Amino acid sequence: MNTYLAAACAAIISFASPVSALDVAVHYIKQEVAALPTLSNLDPIPDDLGAMGAKLALEDNITTGRFLGHMYSLTTTVVGVDEDFEQAVLGALGQTDLLILDAPAQFVLDAADALQAKDALMFNAAAPDIALRSSDCRSNVLHSLPSRAMRSDALMQFFVKRRWSDIAMIAGTTPQDVAFAEALEGSAKKFGLKISASKTWAFDSDMRRNAAQEVPLFTQEFGDYDVLLVADEANDFARYIPYNTWHPRPVAGSEGLTPRAWDRVVEQWGAAQLQSRFVEQAGRPMQDVDYAAWAAMRSIGEAVTRTGANDAASLRGFLLSDEFELAGFKGRPLTYRGWNGQLRQPIALSHRGALVASAPLEGFLHQRSELDTLGLDLPESACTAFNE
Amino acid sequence: MIRLSLLASLFLSTSAVADEIWVTNEKDDTISVIDLDSFEVTRTIQTGERPRGITFSKDYSVVYICASDSDAVQVMDPETGEILYDLPSGEDPEQFVLHPDDRHLYIANEDDAITTVVDTKTRTVVAQIDVGIEPEGMAVSPDGKIAITTSETTNMAHWIDTETQELFANTLVDSRPRHAEFVKDGTELWVSSEIGGTISVFDVATQAEKAKIEFKVKGVHPDRVQPVGFELTAGDTHAFVALGPANHLAVINAETYEVEDYILVGRRVWHMAFNADRSKLYTTNGVSGDVTMVDVASRKAEKTVKVGRFPWGAAFRPTN
Repeated sequence: MNTYLAAACAAIISFASPVSALDVAVHYIKQEVAALPTLSNLDPIPDDLGAMGAKLALEDNITTGRFLGHMYSLTTTVVGVDEDFEQAVLGALGQTDLLILDAPAQFVLDAADALQAKDALMFNAAAPDIALRSSDCRSNVLHSLPSRAMRSDALMQFFVKRRWSDIAMIAGTTPQDVAFAEALEGSAKKFGLKISASKTWAFDSDMRRNAAQEVPLFTQEFGDYDVLLVADEANDFARYIPYNTWHPRPVAGSEGLTPRAWDRVVEQWGAAQLQSRFVEQAGRPMQDVDYAAWAAMRSIGEAVTRTGANDAASLRGFLLSDEFELAGFKGRPLTYRGWNGQLRQPIALSHRGALVASAPLEGFLHQRSELDTLGLDLPESACTAFNE
Repeated sequence: MIRLSLLASLFLSTSAVADEIWVTNEKDDTISVIDLDSFEVTRTIQTGERPRGITFSKDYSVVYICASDSDAVQVMDPETGEILYDLPSGEDPEQFVLHPDDRHLYIANEDDAITTVVDTKTRTVVAQIDVGIEPEGMAVSPDGKIAITTSETTNMAHWIDTETQELFANTLVDSRPRHAEFVKDGTELWVSSEIGGTISVFDVATQAEKAKIEFKVKGVHPDRVQPVGFELTAGDTHAFVALGPANHLAVINAETYEVEDYILVGRRVWHMAFNADRSKLYTTNGVSGDVTMVDVASRKAEKTVKVGRFPWGAAFRPTN
């Protein structure tokens, strides 16, 4: 286990404004997961994915805190594949009740259900599972990463706009692929679209050599369609689909037009500044989990700034109230859903070179917030833990 | 006789030239110069990369331009459009304000969380002041004693004593403060918050918030109502506020702090400048890439002219 304290003490510069010292300690715990083997090594998963986002937000918080006498610290623990995550969580809970979790869903649940975690406030920055926002929700866990449903809904809104109503899909076989495919099916239904043909990708040949031969034949059986979805969360085979399909059709999902919490191509709404600060710090572009970790840490910072409190109960109350809003460089204020703790946020629809659109798309209306057209709305979520 | 004809020709040449609005085009690296008589773009001038803030010296002999991605404040001869020299500006200058002494520029360095004070005469950096993350809005009080920087991510207005170049107060505002102005002879400070959707009004003497102005545009979700740039009419009776992606201007009664009108202009309306007598207002509309002329008395958008890509700042230049 590898634990380090990133930064703590910003010098308090004396100002005329009243300063009351307040310490805010946050612990970031990452569970390492064995990466799935992929055909291409072009996009390795950075070791510091997520952690760098939290670190950037720490710097943001420290700068603000400097003017208010609020001191922030961030401790990062990386739990190896064979090490005990829960042990790390318990260790962290001995020091603080503010945790950011970068771990698969089951680990998040184990952490949330620990007896010592009852009064803690945890942020799920890496698990997109829909169940965590529904039947498996926990009142002490907020979700700064969008759920798979938010991402798949974003894509379907775009299809509705473009009238791409005839959809084909290729799905991989990992649990993540299956979950994304299910989310896409659910979203298609929600927006009145239909995935009329789908096939499972279970090849074991090396597609870098023969994609040009295999994919045309593989997609020929679909007949005609408007758009081809690919559900391949690790981007093992998805990258070989575009331009190799039998019919010349756009590809979306895990390749082509992808729905994301964040992408390096997002430049509007002041995002260029966040991107450049992140690249300067991390030496690489910001990704989804980096953004979610950043948003979690900034949420804590914003709540501390506005309330002057540092205890989990006060901060949670404020984060779930109407008063909270986070400027998240996505063009509108971000808030938390009161029924399941999900951070409402626009979803970027992008390809490798540019942002195509930002969901919710114009015309998708909602009585509460247009952002609630993405993901589990109040009636759709089976979460009851937030009903106090 | 010779002298007389020279005078006559001078008179003729100046009267033939109308006042101008200068607009920085963030994504074109140019300035569009709009002739206010014809309301047409008469000149397009190359600048450094990503020009944003723009302001003229008091005598209009030079124009200062924040060329953000060139990390420079450029000084241009407005007659020739020639860049005379660059001022040291710190990294990524976004917005600035010229001190009433016509000499010191207060510059927000967006990427560095710093406000840089530059002496335009000696062309040297006088001071650098640590402020919050992503400083943007800049203002100086009419008496020159206080400078303000607002920081977008820290969500504060930072109050700088221009005597010592040190902060003497920091006040929280709503999310993503964008623009600041001293109002009513410097007794009030107004700060717009883009994501918060508000304008905070501070009493300058105490730095206490005395009012908060909110907006409601019919048919536009509150999340999309994002106040950015604003300017005050003659006598500071009313403020015209750009509401960003709401594509409207709001007209605020500066006495009651009530919004009296909304005016549809162009997409993602950002900053603005008045003509000489403040009877017309010109807004930069970032996404639609144009400038809208608004009649102040009737509160009507009258005409729109296409400029470059993503017009950002606007400044008035008299020619008579």
